[in-house]
Amino acid sequence: MLEAILLIFGCQLAGEAVARALALPIPGPVIGMVLLFAGLQLRLMWRPDAVAATDIPIGIVAAFLLGHLSLLFVPAGVGIVSHVSTLLAHGVGLVVALVVSTLLSLVVTALVFAKLSSLLDRGHES
Amino acid sequence: MTRIETLWVYLSAQPLLWLTATMAAYAVADRLSRLSGRNPLVNSVLLAVIVLALILFLTGTDYRTYFEGAQFVHFLLGPATVALAVPLHQHWALVKRSFLPILGALVAGSLTAVISAVGIGILFGMPPEVLASLAPKSVTAAIAMAVAREIGGEPSLTATLVITTGILGAVMVTPVMNALGLRDYRARGFAAGVASHGIGTARAFQVDPVAGAFAGIALGLNGLLTALLVPTLVKWLW
Repeated sequence: MLEAILLIFGCQLAGEAVARALALPIPGPVIGMVLLFAGLQLRLMWRPDAVAATDIPIGIVAAFLLGHLSLLFVPAGVGIVSHVSTLLAHGVGLVVALVVSTLLSLVVTALVFAKLSSLLDRGHES
Repeated sequence: MTRIETLWVYLSAQPLLWLTATMAAYAVADRLSRLSGRNPLVNSVLLAVIVLALILFLTGTDYRTYFEGAQFVHFLLGPATVALAVPLHQHWALVKRSFLPILGALVAGSLTAVISAVGIGILFGMPPEVLASLAPKSVTAAIAMAVAREIGGEPSLTATLVITTGILGAVMVTPVMNALGLRDYRARGFAAGVASHGIGTARAFQVDPVAGAFAGIALGLNGLLTALLVPTLVKWLW
């Protein structure tokens, strides 16, 4: 378990180093995710019959972290409560923009995904 | 001072108090969310935030003191982002098969998020620095703040807009998808990740593992696309 936690921290640290060294506009943890993903894929290529990643310590630690992902946003969420007045100071427009834009993004993303997916399925069938 | 007051003065300055309070508020919020059958309105982030904000207000605690304790939870956002590699790896066969829908939905959703927000802002006559702060609101805070800074926005306003968007998306995604009659958890999760980054992803993981995996992909990809796209769009339009 210790090694699994260390591996996750190590990937993040490497990601931070790469992002900083190459001045990339991508946060270190995202690069760390790519590194860990590459590692897991390589593991599967070398040992296709190995135990599934979800059943080894790294998978258990990941499941724990992601199972409580909501918790991790609470401190930042508390931080914005003091900014609610800023939000309202810019008028109702900002709130309307957030609500409508979020709604539209959800609808457009999901519909395009579903449409392309059904076109793809039909293509495979014919 | 009474002994209780002395004790409070001591404890309220310790990181342990606010770390424990954060986890307790979340534990209760998560329990309520479960009891409601993950009703979208009983969102665990929203509920915990409201309770904690109320406690901070009633005890006259400032955010800096609170964050000294809460930072340990906040810190885990980085490792959790790295951990998204595991569901991505686990569902990789499904992801590969969904390559075209992912790409199409990413571009369409990302553009919709930016253009609709800025468009509505223009209709309301918002000044350029507010529009610039609003443009990257659908992506994860670190990227959004960097993008806002680059195009002349106000990073702290962007952070507020990002978190608000996340909570809005997490609350709206289930009823919106049900209204559309979409049952494909790849599409539902992906939409949550594109529109409302990590908080939408957290919601997706509560609902379904495939939705969570696809939300994680969307969160990462939309972060990349927005970081590249928004500064370019701004150079054309401004």
